[in-house]
Amino acid sequence: MSEQTRISLEFDVEGDNFVSAGKASEAVKGNLKMLGLPPTIIRRAAIVMYEGEINMVIHAKGGKAYVDITDKDISITLKDEGPGIENIELAMQEGYSTAPDAIRALGFGAGMGLPNMKKYSDNMEIESEVGKGTTVRMKINIQPDSEGQQQ
Amino acid sequence: MKISKIAEVLRADVLCCEENLEAEVASACAADMMSDVLAFVKDHAVLITGLCNPQVIRTAEMMDIVCVVYVRGKVPDAMSIELAKSKNIVLMTSKYRMYQACGILYGEGLRGGESRI
Ligand SMILES: Nc1ncnc2c1ncn2[C@@H]1O[C@H](COP(=O)(O)OP(=O)(O)OP(=O)(O)O)[C@@H](O)[C@H]1O
Ligand SMILES: [Mg+2]
Repeated sequence: MSEQTRISLEFDVEGDNFVSAGKASEAVKGNLKMLGLPPTIIRRAAIVMYEGEINMVIHAKGGKAYVDITDKDISITLKDEGPGIENIELAMQEGYSTAPDAIRALGFGAGMGLPNMKKYSDNMEIESEVGKGTTVRMKINIQPDSEGQQQ
Repeated sequence: MKISKIAEVLRADVLCCEENLEAEVASACAADMMSDVLAFVKDHAVLITGLCNPQVIRTAEMMDIVCVVYVRGKVPDAMSIELAKSKNIVLMTSKYRMYQACGILYGEGLRGGESRI
């Protein structure tokens, strides 16, 4: 990619809609493929974005996704005005989920989303206020030195 | 293992993308929870699941999974099949239960790929 490459994408993610859930991530993946990025980078970005997108669908009645792609990194910001996360440390634990049975029946609610996002991104920050909403920021480095770090 | 071989040993009916039956899969993952699938990163994998909604296909697409096997004779909805067609993912349905299907594939030499714990 050239030095000046910069692509900014923006998506509305609809809450509680399991048919459209994942569409934004799919579009981002398509863009990354077109840019010819390494498959591992693409897959990591797709996974973290998809987990975050699904979280907004399930837990927050939807939200907005902003994706910035430069030749250095991929920045993903997921912003919702849902119920917020009371205890982020607890929510980050593998297996912790408040998803009801109806959501589990759909294949979600294993409590693995946030841990996966942490694992596959190079940097992740969560800001959340109960009753106001949640913002998750994730970064994936494209530079070669970061590539072998987390597969 | 070739996808055609998976269909053969699981006595599965192929539901779409027959043209990809000669493609190779390198590993397998069995799960009913999509985040469990997303925790697993391997190229050219097959997913074995009992879950039938479109999110299975979207999850598979995110993970570059090339084939999905539905167990217990389950058949996904039309939307899943359409989505899989557009993503070139082979879908098949087998009468075997999850445990049996996994055992058969394992016995045929298909491994799970290393997991990082
Ligand atoms: N955007 C959000 N708004 C409000 N709560 C959230 C949000 N994202 C996550 N949470 C809370 O954090 C918990 C853990 O999230 P995580 O993604 O790890 O698991 P899950 O979504 O419940 O299940 P899985 O991701 O395995 O399908 C959720 O159950 C929910 O209580
Ligand atoms: Mg989640």
